[in-house]
Amino acid sequence: SITFFELTALHNIIFSSCHRHRHRHIHHNFLRVSKKPQHKGNYHSTLLLPTAPLSPHNSPPTQTHRKQYYHNRKMSILEYNGAAVIAMAGKDCVGIASDNRLGIQYQTVAMDFKKVFKMNDTLFVGLAGLATDVQTLDQLLRFRMNLYELREERTMTPQVFTNLLSNILYEKRFGPYFAEPVVAGLDEKGSPYLATMDLIGAIETTKDFVVSGTCDGNLYGMCETLYKPDLGKEELFETLAQALLASVDRDALSGWGGVVHIITKEGVMSRELKGRQD
Amino acid sequence: MGDSAYSFSLTTFSRTGKLLQIEYALNAVANGRTALGIAAVDGVVIATDKKFASALVEGEDVSKVEAITDSSGFVYAGVGPDYRVLVRKARKSAQAYFREYRETKPVAQLVKSTASVMQEYTQSGGVRPFGVSLLVAGIDGDGVPRLFQVDPSGAYFGWKATAIGKNYVNAKNFLEKRFQDDMELEDAIHTALLTLREGFEGEMNGHNIEVGVVSKSDGKFRLLTPEQIQDYLDEAN
Repeated sequence: SITFFELTALHNIIFSSCHRHRHRHIHHNFLRVSKKPQHKGNYHSTLLLPTAPLSPHNSPPTQTHRKQYYHNRKMSILEYNGAAVIAMAGKDCVGIASDNRLGIQYQTVAMDFKKVFKMNDTLFVGLAGLATDVQTLDQLLRFRMNLYELREERTMTPQVFTNLLSNILYEKRFGPYFAEPVVAGLDEKGSPYLATMDLIGAIETTKDFVVSGTCDGNLYGMCETLYKPDLGKEELFETLAQALLASVDRDALSGWGGVVHIITKEGVMSRELKGRQD
Repeated sequence: MGDSAYSFSLTTFSRTGKLLQIEYALNAVANGRTALGIAAVDGVVIATDKKFASALVEGEDVSKVEAITDSSGFVYAGVGPDYRVLVRKARKSAQAYFREYRETKPVAQLVKSTASVMQEYTQSGGVRPFGVSLLVAGIDGDGVPRLFQVDPSGAYFGWKATAIGKNYVNAKNFLEKRFQDDMELEDAIHTALLTLREGFEGEMNGHNIEVGVVSKSDGKFRLLTPEQIQDYLDEAN
C-alpha cells in the first residue's frame, strides 16, 4: 500500500514529465482517473499512470518511448529496487539474512547486491528499500559508529545503535531516506537483540523475528509459521533460509539467491543461499 | 558571542609563549571560595563552602553544587555567573546525547565537551575565557567512580582527590596525607568536611557548606540536605 508521502513524491516525478492534452481525440495509453468515480469505493488519485491498453482496438501509442513494461500497479519508491531482509533470535544467537537482487523496477540489474552490513562482530544491520539510501545509510552508520568508538573508547551496544539509526532517519523527517532497517545483534550480556523501524525511525523491538522489504507480508507469514524460540545456530540457519527463500519466490522484486549470517559469541557464520534465479 | 567588529581573539600569545588571559582567569579561580572532591572506591563526594558576605543573605535557593545528569554533578571555584553558563550548556548537551543514544552521557564525555566549550572561548572573536575551574563528579554505567577537574584553558585532569580555589595548596596537602586508595564513601565525606574546615573562618554548619555525593549503590547524584551535613559534622566532633 502506498502512503500519502510516497504518492506526492511519485506524483512530482511522473506528473511533471507528462504531456497534458485537453479534449483531443487521441487515444493515450493512460488511465485518467476522472472526477466521476468509475469504481465505487476505490481510492482516487490525481496521478496519470501508464497502464495496459484497455482494448485490442486501440490505435498505436503516440508516445512510443516506453522503456518499462505496462503495469497496473502503482510502484512506490520503496519498491523501486526490491529487497527482502529478515532477522531471527535463537538461543544465545541471532541470524540475519537478505536476498541478492538489485533491480530497476522489473529489470534485474545485479544478483549480488549486499543489503546486510556488519557493524561489528556482534552487530549487523539489514537495510531494505531504495538502493542508494541503503548504501548511504551503511556509510553514515559506519561513520557515526567509528566516531563514537573513538570518542567513548567502547563498542556501541545494539540498543544505542538502534536509537542512533532512528535519530538519523528522523532528522530527515520531511525528506526521508527510503529505507526500512532491521537491526540484529548480541548485547553486552550476550543475549539476542532485534529491532526494526520504519523509514522515519519509529522503533519496534521484538524477541522473535523482524522483517522488512517488498515481500514483508510473505516474510511475516513464513516467520509466524516456521519460527520456534531458542533454536540452535544450525536450526536457526535452516529456519531463516527456508523462510526467506519461500517468501521471495512469490515476489517478483526480490530473490536471485540470498545470504545468511548467524551471530554467536564465538563468531559469525555466513553462508550463501542457492535459490531460484528468477 | 562577539559582534562582527571583534572577529579577532582577545586571548593572544605573549612573547614568552603564555596566554595571559588564561593565567588571569586562573587567578580569578584562585580567589574563589574553596571547592574540593574525593573519589572513593564506591562513590565520589564534592563539596564547597558557601560563606556569604552578610548574615542577611538568604542562601537556601542558590546552589553551587549542581546536578548535570542523574549520575553526575559539578562544583566550581571562581566567577559564579560564568559557572551557570557552563552548567546550562552541559545539561543541554547531556540531554541531546540522551536523545541521540538513549543512554546517559558518560562523565568523561561530559568533561570533554565542557572542556571543548571552555577552549572555544580562548580562541574565538570578542570573548574572554570562563573565570571558573570545575570539579566534575559522577559514576558511569560501568560503576567506576570518576572525578575530573576542568580549567579555564579547557585542560582537564582526572583526580583521586583534589581542591581548587582559595587555600587550595594547603587543602591538597591535607588530602594527600589523608587519602587512601581503599577509602569508602563515608570516610571520603568525613575527610572532605575535615579538609574544608582547615581553611574555614568561623563555625561550619549544614547551612554554610554544600556537599554533593554520587554513590555506586544507586548511581544517583544528590545534594546532602543541611540536616545530613550537620549529622556528619556532629559525628566528626
